[in-house]
Amino acid sequence: MARPVVQARGLTKMFGARLAVDHLDLDVPARVCFGLLGPNGAGKTTTLRMIYGVTWPTSGTIRVFGMDIGHHVRAVRSRLGVTLQQNVLIEALSPKENLLVFGRYHLLREPELSRRAEELIDFLELRSHAHLPVRQLSGGFQRRLAIALSLINGPELLILDEPTTGLDPAVRLALWSRIRELRAAGTTVVITTHYMDEAQRLCDQVAVVSSGKVIASGAPTDLISTRLAPEAVELDCTPGEEAVLLDRVASGRRLRVGKRLMLYLDDAADLIERVRRLDGGDRRPIIVRPTNLEDVYLSLTGTNLEANP
Amino acid sequence: MSLSLPYALSVWRRNAALYKRTWKWNILPNFFEPVFYLFSIGIGVGAYVSEMGGTSYIAFLAPGLVCVAAMNGASFEVTYNIYVRLVFEKAYDAMLTTPIEPDDVLAGEVLWAVTRAGIYGGCFFVVLLLFGLAPLPSSFWALFVIPLTGLLFAAIGVVFSLRIPNIDMFSFYFTLFLTPLFLFSDVFFPLRERLTQPWLWVAEALPLLHPVRLARASFKGEFSLIVLWDLAYTLGMSLLLLLWARRSVRARLTN
Repeated sequence: MARPVVQARGLTKMFGARLAVDHLDLDVPARVCFGLLGPNGAGKTTTLRMIYGVTWPTSGTIRVFGMDIGHHVRAVRSRLGVTLQQNVLIEALSPKENLLVFGRYHLLREPELSRRAEELIDFLELRSHAHLPVRQLSGGFQRRLAIALSLINGPELLILDEPTTGLDPAVRLALWSRIRELRAAGTTVVITTHYMDEAQRLCDQVAVVSSGKVIASGAPTDLISTRLAPEAVELDCTPGEEAVLLDRVASGRRLRVGKRLMLYLDDAADLIERVRRLDGGDRRPIIVRPTNLEDVYLSLTGTNLEANP
Repeated sequence: MSLSLPYALSVWRRNAALYKRTWKWNILPNFFEPVFYLFSIGIGVGAYVSEMGGTSYIAFLAPGLVCVAAMNGASFEVTYNIYVRLVFEKAYDAMLTTPIEPDDVLAGEVLWAVTRAGIYGGCFFVVLLLFGLAPLPSSFWALFVIPLTGLLFAAIGVVFSLRIPNIDMFSFYFTLFLTPLFLFSDVFFPLRERLTQPWLWVAEALPLLHPVRLARASFKGEFSLIVLWDLAYTLGMSLLLLLWARRSVRARLTN
């Protein structure tokens, strides 16, 4: 197997007394889309910053393209691209001019510079507004431009920190398709997201991070099949009803958020029968659906908001 | 040392690309400010002053105001503009996703501030030439003083901008630092004729005094040994502050 593009061993970062990343191990293979998932404050962004060398590990090692980032910052960064959580655009300039400015950060020269900028304007469908000041463009347009900037050097590794937060469904779909195209062309993608449907559809592999540690990793389908039963049932019920209903159902995991109960079963038929009997004529809504990555994520990181301040 | 000139120039070019868009709106107020001072004080007040420092009052004002124009050009750039790029726009965070390093960011920004000092000081110098207030050829030496003034005030401003907790602090910088410098640095009256010896020693600490003395010596074409001290102060202070800024910029952008 080829050498991983990113390899972290025992990666630890302290900010004063706060432990942001705690002995994290990570292997990102080449040419995959890798999802880094976890609650706010879990250490995802800090981990990304250590990958491109602006945050220095307190201990542990990190190698990118097989190089020690501490000694080869420029060499590593010349081969990767990063889209930050916040769009960093020059609002008075057009998308084309933004691309030219950013390309110069990589020391691209004409005519290569303009050629790359034009390619990316087409690739991310920016052509219609390529010459308007960025401040006049919609949020989705600006986000696409921010991603275009991180592709200007033709990176082998693309790091996307919450690329689709706040975007409308059409723009999200368009971005997913671009990310798939990049991966198909050989780019390794590391993405953080809070949307588990996005991670499940896009990522070949994911790592769930909590309190600075990887608590689960693998292909989304494998994580789902090994962690939870295949059928998810959602219904509203009180804890008292839950005790009666599930008295003899030796089911696997349950999650409760307020009145909402989620159960994971191999076969939901028996449970539905029992709920219907309990309800009599007044039937409560029950949702039965395939278990997904969000269920796995919640079962791993919990539904308690206090846990990750 | 991880400074690379090509990367620093790419930072410089970012600002230049933006400036090309906005210069018409930026240059007018900054350019006219010293011009207004020159004619209001020079011609207005000057009518009541028969001579100062051996010349007409307006000719006395001219070299100092060249330095003030350069000081203003650099100062706006390294205060509000840098702070906005650092804190609100996160422009430097984006640069650090490319091979650009914090030293390149600092060098590019200082170089750009010196460029703006050159634009403002240079334009003002042209006005002086047109009005016959810049004696030739000696006053051409003042063209070297303009970037030195820019460098010094870029260094001072950058250190300040990297260390303040919020953007409101800049009003202190302008009203309690730059304005008194403007008024008490040999621009409007010769300090030596008005201050007692102990106060003259205090005045030697003022950063604007040294470029102004250099510019005045250039305009007069009379260079004494004190020019060496003024050059040493301007370059030495710039260097010390830039070394300090280098540590600060690393601490702000990486951790």
